[in-house]
Amino acid sequence: MHIVVCIKQVPDSAQIRVHPVTNTIMRQGVPAIINPFDLFALEEALRLKDRMGGRVTVLTMGPPQAEDALRKAVSFGVDDTILLTDRAFAGADTLATSYALAQTIRKIGEEHPVDLVFTGKQTIDGDTAQVGPGIAKRLGLQLLTYVSGIDAVDLQNREITVRRRAEGGVQVIRTRLPALITMLEGTNQIRYASMDDMFRAARFEVRKWNKDMAGIEDVGKIGLKGSPTVVSKVFAPKPKAVKAQIIGSGLDSQGMAAALVDTLFAQHPRLGKELQHASH
Amino acid sequence: MSENNAAPAKAKGKKRLELDPRLAAYQGIWVFVEMERGRVHPVSWELLGEGRKLADILGVELAAVVLGGSEEAVEAASAEAFTYGADLAHVVADPVLTEYRNEPYTKAMTDLVNRHQPEILLLGATTLGRDLAGSVATTLQTGLTADCTELAIDPDNRGLLATRPTFGGSLLCTIQTLNYRPQMATVRPRVMAMPEADPVRVGRIVREAFDLSEESIIAKVLEFIPDEAQEQAQLAYADIIVAGGRGLGKAENFQLIWDLAAVLGAEVGGSRPVTHAGWISADRQVGQSGKTVRPKLYIAAGISGAIQHRVGMEASDVIIAINNDPNAPIFEFATYGLVGDALRILPALTEAFRSRLAVNRLAS
Ligand SMILES: Cc1cc2nc3c(=O)[nH]c(=O)nc-3n(C[C@H](O)[C@H](O)[C@H](O)COP(=O)(O)OP(=O)(O)OC[C@H]3O[C@@H](n4cnc5c(N)ncnc54)[C@H](O)[C@@H]3O)c2cc1C
Ligand SMILES: Nc1ncnc2c1ncn2[C@@H]1O[C@H](COP(=O)(O)O)[C@@H](O)[C@H]1O
Repeated sequence: MHIVVCIKQVPDSAQIRVHPVTNTIMRQGVPAIINPFDLFALEEALRLKDRMGGRVTVLTMGPPQAEDALRKAVSFGVDDTILLTDRAFAGADTLATSYALAQTIRKIGEEHPVDLVFTGKQTIDGDTAQVGPGIAKRLGLQLLTYVSGIDAVDLQNREITVRRRAEGGVQVIRTRLPALITMLEGTNQIRYASMDDMFRAARFEVRKWNKDMAGIEDVGKIGLKGSPTVVSKVFAPKPKAVKAQIIGSGLDSQGMAAALVDTLFAQHPRLGKELQHASH
Repeated sequence: MSENNAAPAKAKGKKRLELDPRLAAYQGIWVFVEMERGRVHPVSWELLGEGRKLADILGVELAAVVLGGSEEAVEAASAEAFTYGADLAHVVADPVLTEYRNEPYTKAMTDLVNRHQPEILLLGATTLGRDLAGSVATTLQTGLTADCTELAIDPDNRGLLATRPTFGGSLLCTIQTLNYRPQMATVRPRVMAMPEADPVRVGRIVREAFDLSEESIIAKVLEFIPDEAQEQAQLAYADIIVAGGRGLGKAENFQLIWDLAAVLGAEVGGSRPVTHAGWISADRQVGQSGKTVRPKLYIAAGISGAIQHRVGMEASDVIIAINNDPNAPIFEFATYGLVGDALRILPALTEAFRSRLAVNRLAS
């Protein structure tokens, strides 16, 4: 079985700050990490390999530094890595990104046919959850989003059975391979890198492909040109004009609580009625 | 790369481009009415409310798209869609659409779009809506903006201005789909206000042909395991929410939140660190990567008010913040603030509400 996992290198947004005056992002010194949601996809792929054998290829599209994310993936035990990197990809939106990744997966499949593609649920920088479905549609793969567990993979009959999060419940769904799975968060925990794999990662030869190597001929479909959406404006949220009214300062907890309840019932009679109703 | 949703593109000049005549033919606003197991997700009505405003600005019709397994189901949902502002409903009733599956829904939706050519298509950013929107946008080769918090029309070119948070919510960005139609966007539940239903409002039902046999659909649903009612937090649509944050110190202290919630008949929520630590379940997380809520009352104890939490709850009518740091960001936008130790104030508040509610009950 051959599994391709798509991961993205993202800035650790917990550490991103916005410049208070210019409203620009201060990226300097912000560490880059593997998109946390993608680790659930990676671990699930590795577990399938543990169970059934086969190979795991990890793919990322990004700047040359994204090689670090792939090296990290090697330390968890993946077999092969592809860094898709080309200036022509700059400014891609999700449609252009899914095109570039889909073409690359097609190319990877020429070396070893692909049975399963994994992506994360979403990225923490793009945050759209669109790239996974996009790749699936372009490659004609069966799409399984928000998967929380894989019940069975039957390579003989080319079938897969998974559990996926639906509105109001869990769907157990069976479909055909090849398929694309977007993995739900919290479904597993990424393994620790073994010593051997860490050494292997340090020396690992990451394959770097440009657009031509990935078999992308139509530059109208990638980068800024291939992106239907454009960002026309970036701005800071409006600060709220009024700050909180501090209640009962100087009083003890009981005093504060009483003052608050008084204020609430006096200032918001309709809310008071709601509370009365809800508490019944 | 792949950060168009983040980095401003150098495409400003393109804004005033004349729309290709083929694309200019796309007219009208569509809202996908999301129905699962006979129940319409309320986000559909919220979107119709918003869609109505956009349609009035553009002077075009607002259509609901209702896909379902039976005539009764789609008719009932259409009738309700009219009360929330739809002028017409494009309906497909077919047994293959009884349960959501990507394949038949994507086919039904893309067929309809190609047939009728709407300029704007809005869907809820639910698990179902996101699954469908991403597939439809790719199939149609058009732009899709996810998780919008504001929708408007560009007076210069009648285009959709879709605004969404970016960089973990620290900034907002406005995204346009230039030379592609339809312009697609998803919006999370509770981000838009619920419109007032007009019970006498009616519209036209347009029955649409659809030809897809069960045999030709590859994916089969073997089983549906509904969430247990008590497990499933109804956070998004709760009227009163009591939420706790890392400031409560440890898991056991979260009991104080449950106690206050019990007295108020409230739902319980929390910030990301507490759901990550397992003090409460993940579906109770409020915020950018959790749920958006807009209750009548939101009580936040030991929550700093980081932007990612704030975007999920600032539309609440009244916000009460309890925090021992008078400079905590949450006091910048809460309605009322109590500065002090939540571990002391919460039990006092529980008692104060309990006795006030009891007194009122006696008086009434
Ligand atoms: C991509 C991304 C997505 C995110 N999504 C979400 C999200 O959906 N939801 C979310 O909540 N967060 C989210 N976060 C995290 C967010 O940035 C904050 O880290 C988080 O909201 C902080 O939680 P907190 O306020 O509980 O904890 P803290 O920031 O640690 O704040 C604790 C507060 O408690 C106060 N306190 C301490 N002791 C007491 C006491 N005894 N009594 C009263 N007050 C006390 C402190 O003064 C402090 O203000 C996200 C972050 C990122 C990067
Ligand atoms: N540049 C990229 N390279 C590889 N995989 C990506 C890239 N962008 C997105 N993905 C994958 O697509 C998923 C959804 O991304 P998004 O649509 O940005 O939320 C991610 O979790 C990744 O698995």
